[in-house]
Amino acid sequence: MKQDYNVDAAGFYGVFGGAFVPEMLYPNVEELQNSYLTILQEKSFQKELQQLLEDYVGRPTPLYFAKRLSAHYGAKIYLKREDLCHTGAHKINNALGQILLAKKLNKTRIIAETGAGQHGVATATACALMGIECCIYMGAKDVERQAPNVARMKMLGATIIPVESGSKTLKDATNEAIRDWINNPVDTHYIIGSVVGPHPYPDMVARFQAIISKEIKNQLKGDPSHVIACIGGGSNAIGAFYHYLSNKAVQLVGVEAAGQGIHTAKTAATLTLGTQGIIHACMTTLLQDKDGQIIEPHSISAGLDYPGIGPQHAHLHQTKRVNYHSVTDQEALNAALFLSKNEGIIPALESAHALAYLNKMEIKPTDKIVINLSGRGDKDLETLTKNLL
Amino acid sequence: MQLKEIFKNRKEPILNIYFTAGYPALESMPIILNSLEQAGVDMVEIGMPYSDPLSDGPTIQKSSAIALKNGISTSIIFEQLAKCESKIPKIMMGYFNAVLQFGVEKFCEKCQQNNIQGVILPDLPIPVYQEHYQTTFEKYGIAPIFLVTPETSEERIRYIDACSTAFIYAVSTSSTTGAGTGIQSAAAYLQKLQTMQLNNPILIGFNIGSKADFDFASQYAAGGIIGSAFIKQLENSTTLENDIQKFIKNIRPKN
Repeated sequence: MKQDYNVDAAGFYGVFGGAFVPEMLYPNVEELQNSYLTILQEKSFQKELQQLLEDYVGRPTPLYFAKRLSAHYGAKIYLKREDLCHTGAHKINNALGQILLAKKLNKTRIIAETGAGQHGVATATACALMGIECCIYMGAKDVERQAPNVARMKMLGATIIPVESGSKTLKDATNEAIRDWINNPVDTHYIIGSVVGPHPYPDMVARFQAIISKEIKNQLKGDPSHVIACIGGGSNAIGAFYHYLSNKAVQLVGVEAAGQGIHTAKTAATLTLGTQGIIHACMTTLLQDKDGQIIEPHSISAGLDYPGIGPQHAHLHQTKRVNYHSVTDQEALNAALFLSKNEGIIPALESAHALAYLNKMEIKPTDKIVINLSGRGDKDLETLTKNLL
Repeated sequence: MQLKEIFKNRKEPILNIYFTAGYPALESMPIILNSLEQAGVDMVEIGMPYSDPLSDGPTIQKSSAIALKNGISTSIIFEQLAKCESKIPKIMMGYFNAVLQFGVEKFCEKCQQNNIQGVILPDLPIPVYQEHYQTTFEKYGIAPIFLVTPETSEERIRYIDACSTAFIYAVSTSSTTGAGTGIQSAAAYLQKLQTMQLNNPILIGFNIGSKADFDFASQYAAGGIIGSAFIKQLENSTTLENDIQKFIKNIRPKN
């Protein structure tokens, strides 16, 4: 029997997913559930999005054969260059898709959460492009450690709201964005940046990011042996896996942030350490204590510093279609430096987690490994230099 | 008294007070329950603190964070309730994940043992409740309490009415709790609810902070729920009993 890894009619992936929203958000979420597939399939919508992805984002992004990396590891290694997207990461694929959707739904105000700031910058960019008001929630701790992205969002005309509650990172920024949506249910669309949140977000965001694997399939002769991607909420990973999910010949690997190590309290390795529960209105795997209180995660990478994971990943983990591993802050830092010095590409700290996994896997000379280089490292220069130079 | 009887026998608008268990101190709940009962409050809603309370504004977020820091947990709430003598009718409010981790059946059983008559879990969708948990709730005689808001369609309000067994919690404004905007602007919506002639009585909550708000809400429904304003009163309280008496007297001078 062919296994289906995609969402069912009720919004679930096996036992994961759903829309555990309070009644205050029911009409908003219902509107999206009822309309997203129709809108995404409209010819005019597809045409406008396609045009923007080509002329504005610069797609297709290259699939780069990394010669020196390949020589070092003794296999063919390709980098999917999402770091070359306009705004510097894959996040723009989803932000543009959702802003066109928001326009179709006659929304006049956009809100978003951001961790590393990449989704915030992508959303602020899309809003500037369309002339729509934009409000970005960002954990106060992230505002501090991602200063260049904060400046970029301001340049783009967005209002930044530093979030002081909880761990002051991505989880709390998401809470505040959801609360904003409760307070502004009619005119506002919430552009969630990852494959998390209530149905239909995980599926909708996955569809917008699926272009990554669609392009890889066109660019690479034959099947890759592995596709490797880093995972916070998991949007770049789902994008890189999407068109390979039913092709079992391709090994799919998701790399989580172990932070200071999975045996410490300072970690964000959700699938390695988490249990089933609800976070941000979906049933998934999350870091929680025995009472169901959410545990504050840690990662040196603000984009992976999230205690949950997209419900589709939880399902892919449970069904063992995707293998999930974790690497530490230090391993990611080393991998970032290695790529910089050997290929002339400074990766985002998030993407460096995927690169670091190369040191942990058994590599055969016949392997054809694709790594999704989800973003560039400009935003991380302060952290990188402080820790490495 | 059973919830049904409270609504049937009421002569005055029902006053339901929400408070966060474990706040301001770990052991405050028994004192609060006794004081509210003495002050003549009709029923209470015990808030189970959660780390990520999505429907709540800053006041209840803060009280929840402090309560968790104080060491409160679902088990401790039930332990405290078991020792508490107050007979005031009680319901509980919380987020579904905490109940899920505690175990839904164990939770309902503990509610029954401790005279908790109804439970509000705003993020538990009705279809999920019906498919997985309704039988358990019914087995232990726990009423599920669902919310309606100004954005809820008439059709859905009727559906929620059909799913409810005790009362409907009408959220006064499109907001998180304690937004402080008052509820006067909700008149048209509250009037609509009133004229729909629903099977279940209605209590109005969110943004009811004063006597004026409570009286206003009571024109349209069986009564009102006060949460954030009450929590604020407890924030700097040195003698909970006195401050609670004073607060309730302001809302209901006659008692």
